[in-house]
Amino acid sequence: MSEQTLKQWLLSDAPTSRMQARVAGLYQGWLRLTSNWMTLTGLIILTALVLVAVCAPLLAPHDPFEQDLLNRLKPIGYDDHYLGTDSLGRDILSRLIYGSRITLYIVALVTLIAPVVGLLVGTVAGYLGGWTDQILMRTTDVFLAFPRLVLALAFVAALGPGIENAVLAISLTAWPPYARMARAETLTIRSSDFIAAIRLQGAGPLRIITRHIWPLCISSLIVRVTLDMAGIILAAAGLGFLGLGAQPPSPEWGAMISEGRRFILDHWWVATIPGLAIFTVSLAFNLLGDGLRDVLDPKDGGHG
Amino acid sequence: MVSVTSQPEEGRKSAPFPAWLRKFLTTCGSIAATMLGLLLVTFVIGRVMPIDPVLAIVGERASQESYDAVYHQLGLDKPLMVQFFYYLWDVLHGDFGNSLLTARPVSQDIARVFPATMELATLGVVIGMFLGIPMGVLSAVHRGTWIDQTIRVLTLVGYSMPIFWLGMMGLLLFYGILGWVGGPGRLDIFFEGLVPSVTGMVLVDALLAGDMDVFWNGFSHLILPASLLGYYSLAYISRMTRSFMLEQLSAEYITTARVKGLSERQVIWGHAFKNIRVQLVTVVALSYANLLEGSVLTEIIFSWPGIGSYITTALLSADMNAVLGGTVVVGLIFICLNILSDLLYKIFDPRAK
Repeated sequence: MSEQTLKQWLLSDAPTSRMQARVAGLYQGWLRLTSNWMTLTGLIILTALVLVAVCAPLLAPHDPFEQDLLNRLKPIGYDDHYLGTDSLGRDILSRLIYGSRITLYIVALVTLIAPVVGLLVGTVAGYLGGWTDQILMRTTDVFLAFPRLVLALAFVAALGPGIENAVLAISLTAWPPYARMARAETLTIRSSDFIAAIRLQGAGPLRIITRHIWPLCISSLIVRVTLDMAGIILAAAGLGFLGLGAQPPSPEWGAMISEGRRFILDHWWVATIPGLAIFTVSLAFNLLGDGLRDVLDPKDGGHG
Repeated sequence: MVSVTSQPEEGRKSAPFPAWLRKFLTTCGSIAATMLGLLLVTFVIGRVMPIDPVLAIVGERASQESYDAVYHQLGLDKPLMVQFFYYLWDVLHGDFGNSLLTARPVSQDIARVFPATMELATLGVVIGMFLGIPMGVLSAVHRGTWIDQTIRVLTLVGYSMPIFWLGMMGLLLFYGILGWVGGPGRLDIFFEGLVPSVTGMVLVDALLAGDMDVFWNGFSHLILPASLLGYYSLAYISRMTRSFMLEQLSAEYITTARVKGLSERQVIWGHAFKNIRVQLVTVVALSYANLLEGSVLTEIIFSWPGIGSYITTALLSADMNAVLGGTVVVGLIFICLNILSDLLYKIFDPRAK
C-alpha cells in the first residue's frame, strides 16, 4: 500500500514541492532508462564491475602477483585456477579481478580531467568571444587534427611509460570534442534573456560561467563522456598492449593480452580472456551511453 | 555620368577581393594555422622528451668538446623560438632528420612504409563502405524490427572490440586453426622480392608485373587485417547512414512520393538515398582518416610494415626523429583528408555554397 502511494507521489502530474518535482523527474528518467533492455544490460554490467573492483580481495581465489613456475600456462579449469594460469603461473581470474580496479581507476581519472578541461575551454571561449575564442578554438582544432592514438603515443613517449602518464596522454587527446560542444551550447545560452538579467544584477563573467552556464552544459556532456568511455578504455588497453601504459607486473588487461600474444597459437586463453573482459566493459559503456542519450538528449537520435 | 563610373570603383575599394577569393584565403589561413599548431605540438613534445638528442648521436663516452660541437651543430644553444623556426624550415623541405634505427632520412623511411598502410586502409574502407552503407539503409528502412536490432548490436560490438585483440583472435581462427589465410606479414617468404616494387603496394605491383601467384598470396595476407579494419569502419559508416536515412525518410517529400504511388524501392534508393550521398562522402572520407589510426595496432598484430609499426618500433627504441616525423606525416594526412571531405561536401551540395 505504501509503495503504491510512493509511486503515485513520484508519478504525480502536479508536484506540490520543488523537491517532489525534482525527484519525480529523476524517477521518470530512471524508468525510461531501464525500460530498454540494452541500457539495462549495460548498467548491470557496470554495477557488477564496480562491485568486483571493490570486493577484489574477497573474490580473488589467489594472489594476482604470486608466481608458480611449476604450473605455467595451465588451461581453463585446471585445479582451482578457473580461468587457467599465465606464463608465470599466476592465476588469470585473480589478475582479471584486480585488473578491474585499474580499468576503473583509468576511467575515473580521465573523467576527472578531460571533460573538465573541455568544459572550461569551451565555455570561456564561447562566453568571452573575440580573440580568446579564436586562440582557444584554433588550439582545439590542432588537437583534433591528430589521430588520437598517434598523439597519445607521442605524449607517452615524451612523458615516459606508466599508467598515470597514459591517463594524461589520453585526457590530452580527449578534451577537444567536449570543448567544441560546450562552446556551441554556450553560444546559444549566452544570448538568452536570463543571462542578460543576471548580468544586469551585476554578476561577473566568472559567476555567470560557473553558476549559470556550466549547469546547463552538464547533461549533454555526461552523455558524450559515457559514449566516449568505451573509446577511452580501448585506448588505454591499446597503450597497455604496446607496453606504454601500466607496467608489469600490474594486471592491466591490455598488458595481459600483450603477454599472452606470444602463446596465442598454443595457449589461446591467456590472451583471449582479458580481451573478453575489455570487450564486455566497453560494450557496457556503449549500451549505457546509447540509452542515456535517448533519455537526456531527446533531440539527438531517436529510439531504436 | 561621373557618379555612375565612380560607383563601381568605390564598391571595389571597399572589397578589394571577390567574396570567393576572400573565403578561399581565410580557409587557407585556417589550414595553415592548424598545420603550424601541429608542428608546434610535435616540436614541444620533442623538446620535453627525456632523451638527449646529442647523446644519441655522439654516444655516452664522447668528450665534452665533441658533445659541445654537436650541441652547437644541432642549434640547441639557440633560443627556443629560433629552434622552432629551424625545425619549421627543415620540415617544409621534407627533412625530418635521420632515423637512429635505420640510419636513413626519416622522410625516405616514411615513403617506403607508407604504401603498405595505404594498401591496408584502402581495402579496409572499401569493405566498410560496401557493407556499411546497405546495412545502414536496411536498418533505417526496417526501423525497430529485429533486422534493425541485429545490425545495431553488430555495430555496437564493432565499436567495443579492442581491435588488436580481434586481430589476434582472427589470426588464431583463420590462420592458426582453419588455415584459410596467410599469416602475419605481407607475403610468404618464398614470394618476397619476386616482383619489382613500383608503387610499394604489393597487390598493385603484382598486377603490374602480371604475376598472379604473388597477387593471390599477397591478397591472402591482406584480406584478414583489411576485413578487421573494414568491420571497424563499417560500424561507423552504417550508424551514420542509418541516422541520415531516418532523417530523410521522415521528410514530407517521401510521403509525397509514396502517395504518388512510387514503388518502395524507388522511394528508398531513388529519393531518400540520393539525398544522403553527399553526407556519406564526408563520412567515408572521415573513416578513411580514422583507419590510419586504427591501423597502428592492427599493423603490429599482423607484422605489417606500415607507418603504424614504424612509429611504434621507433618509439620503443627511443628514435625521436622517426616518432615525430611519423606523427607529423600522419597528422598532415589526417588534416588533408578532413579538408578534402569538407571540399567534396561543398562541391556536391549546392546548398553549402
